[in-house]
Amino acid sequence: MTPAVSVSDLRKTYKTGTVALRGVSLEVAQGDFFALLGPNGAGKTTIIGILCGLTVKTGGEAKIFDASIDTDPVKAKSYIGLVPQEFNINIFEKVIDIIVDQAGFYGIPRAEAIKKAEPILKDLGLWEKRNEPSQQLSGGMKRRLMIARALIHKPQLLILDEPTAGVDVELRRSMWGFLRKMNAEGTTIILTTHYLEEAEQLCRTVAVINKGEIVLSEPMTTLLQRYGGEEKLEDIYLGLIGAEKEEVKTA
Amino acid sequence: MMRREFVRIIRIWSQTLLPPVVTTSLYFVVFGTFIGSQLPPIHGFSYIQFIVPGLIMMGVITSAYSNTVSTFYFAKWMRTIDEILVSPTPDWVVITGFVSGGVLRGLLVGILVLIVSLFFTHFQIVNALVLIAALILTSVLFSFAGLINGIYAKGFDGISIVPTFVLTPLTYLGGIFYSIEQFPQFWQNVSLANPILYMVNAFRYGFLGISDVPLWICFSVLIGFNLVCTFVAVYLFKKGIGLKN
Repeated sequence: MTPAVSVSDLRKTYKTGTVALRGVSLEVAQGDFFALLGPNGAGKTTIIGILCGLTVKTGGEAKIFDASIDTDPVKAKSYIGLVPQEFNINIFEKVIDIIVDQAGFYGIPRAEAIKKAEPILKDLGLWEKRNEPSQQLSGGMKRRLMIARALIHKPQLLILDEPTAGVDVELRRSMWGFLRKMNAEGTTIILTTHYLEEAEQLCRTVAVINKGEIVLSEPMTTLLQRYGGEEKLEDIYLGLIGAEKEEVKTA
Repeated sequence: MMRREFVRIIRIWSQTLLPPVVTTSLYFVVFGTFIGSQLPPIHGFSYIQFIVPGLIMMGVITSAYSNTVSTFYFAKWMRTIDEILVSPTPDWVVITGFVSGGVLRGLLVGILVLIVSLFFTHFQIVNALVLIAALILTSVLFSFAGLINGIYAKGFDGISIVPTFVLTPLTYLGGIFYSIEQFPQFWQNVSLANPILYMVNAFRYGFLGISDVPLWICFSVLIGFNLVCTFVAVYLFKKGIGLKN
């Protein structure tokens, strides 16, 4: 089966000279719930940016399902729904308009988009707020609005860049339920998060990136079993990142 | 995107449509009525009749430019542009969407200023086709120019520098308030380097049937600048300059 994402020798050096990616290769299977973990500045958002067409890569190849981001970017983009790390909603627009306008970018007519928006907004508890300007929403509601916006075109690949940052525990748990449902319905999900418990609870595959290199990529259960099934993902992760730091110090 | 822009322009009409109408009305009162009544006719027309086309054009230029530059930069600043870039929407559609907003606002302002001018003077339209062509080409051109400015802008200063220090002087020196034939030859030649002169004169020809420069040169300049700006905007989008990391 064609992987949902295949990345080969991906490289990125920013104009400032910062090397963000040093030949990253990665595969995400269709239907997977994939955690991409790493410390701040490790290269997670750069990978996501390249996959989504927001960052220009320096080298390497990337495919979304059967479409190369270089030769068939329109098709590749049509598969993706992105929930970015930072709020990027027009604060002056109504909730429903934000969703419907986004649908327009995927060629969905306005009347059809309104119909499609209803169940998504209801699922995410935003239907009652649909006619309010987005600036009146709470932080958690804005996060959910960004998820709703990313889902309006029914993407086959949903990329979530720290979707629960700053969200209270109760809401986070309800978002987990929603994401599990999405994944069970066949949507491939890539999740970056600093809440390792979240990755452990939700994801079937985990990759750890540090200083622009993938240091680990394997099924979650295999990883946890390899460490005797006693250590939590957080301990393993800290060990991996810590080991990296030690190596740098030694070098 | 067009629908969204139209709704936005109408919703905040006191910011988008009213200011150029008020400003131009003041020009009609001060320059047209008070001062203009004491000036001799230019090319056989009263001073207020002579400046009406230029003042309409000034409103169109300023509105088209400021709409696109502010809308686009705001989208960059709030990063809502990312949602468009992530989508499979082709670059030309995105460009057309932003430019159409500027054109729409430019045309609305042009129509409103024209209506206001009828309270101060009367005139006949000599060539409607020339008038409409000049109006549309100019609003498209300055919408593109605003878009390019918005792409390069790195801060709110960046979207006000060009309108303040480039666009306004060129507009005022673009033959709105005078005919360049009133100048010595040297200054006539200098004035010919100002692209806005050609736009104002093409538009004035549509209204009054007079122009300081031949009409074909006016439209050649307009079309030429439109092609250059279109090419630059498409190139910048394709390369992601000012848009992507």
